Amino acid sequence: MEAEAAKLIGAGIAMSGMIGAGIGVGNIFGQFLAGALRNPSAAGSQIGNLFVGAALAEALGILAFVMGILIWIS
Amino acid sequence: MADPLHQFQVKPLTPALDFGEVTLPVVGQVHLAFTNSHLAMTIGFLLVVGFLTLVTSGAKVVPGRTQAVGETLFGMIDGLTDSIIGHDGKKYFPFVFTVFTFILGMNLLGMFLSFTATSQLAVTATFGMITFLLVVIIGIRKNGLRFLKLFWPTGAPLVMRPIVGLIEFFSFLLRPLTLTLRLFGNMMGGHIALKVFAGFVATAVIGAAGWFGVLIFPLALGMTIGLTALEFLVAFLQAFVFAVLTCIYLNDVVNLDHAH
Repeated sequence: MEAEAAKLIGAGIAMSGMIGAGIGVGNIFGQFLAGALRNPSAAGSQIGNLFVGAALAEALGILAFVMGILIWIS
Repeated sequence: MADPLHQFQVKPLTPALDFGEVTLPVVGQVHLAFTNSHLAMTIGFLLVVGFLTLVTSGAKVVPGRTQAVGETLFGMIDGLTDSIIGHDGKKYFPFVFTVFTFILGMNLLGMFLSFTATSQLAVTATFGMITFLLVVIIGIRKNGLRFLKLFWPTGAPLVMRPIVGLIEFFSFLLRPLTLTLRLFGNMMGGHIALKVFAGFVATAVIGAAGWFGVLIFPLALGMTIGLTALEFLVAFLQAFVFAVLTCIYLNDVVNLDHAH
């Protein structure tokens, strides 16, 4: 296999780290919705926590994305 | 057609503003130029200062529309520092508010200009390092050597404490990196996705895809519009998340003795 092709495949595989971030973010919002439907009066005060949690989970996917971009352009 | 990464190139605005290699007193030899990155940050700075001046110049007891926007922004960050840091939050409000408004200004400008300052690793790394160093300096000045208690989790069993403490230490060192990469990756990723779909629209319109263009065009255009809306949300959310995390990190060292 050519080195160029291997590099592109590697960049693509590196992006699969975003699968975990997708599961994590989906889990956070899903759990939030489930909790919010049980106790809607407490939901408003937890919006800040919701987005911080989502951002923390998303950051790990972004690490994979940055790694993929680095492999691609280097 | 330019590739999607073309938009992130830092280049001098005009040859007249390119000063070439210059030897500076402390820094040494640098390539000095007024670049598009420089321009985007300057506009961001002027936007924030101009807007807040406009908001506070004719301040009334009953706010008008612009004043209400400014007060909402102010109140949001004030509520943030107050609820997360607590009683001492007021002292750190100016820093958090400055970082928040500047990042928000640059993120939003990225949706209107052809260049996003926060999609440059150098810019976000500066923000990450400033926040991290501030946390370390405040932690040491306020607590002295007791600052190290941050890495000695009293909640864990005694046998586990060194291991958990070591993990805590490494996650502490990773904070500037994650702060940097979260903002950088979100802005860069969003803008790449936007340009890729805009590229599909252009491909369909110039007829490079043949009759498939009729099919591609509405899909890609709809996606571009949707992504633009999403990017506005992301621009605000990332600035907000940066402010929240700054508050959380400051709270760790400010309320070290009575963690809540």
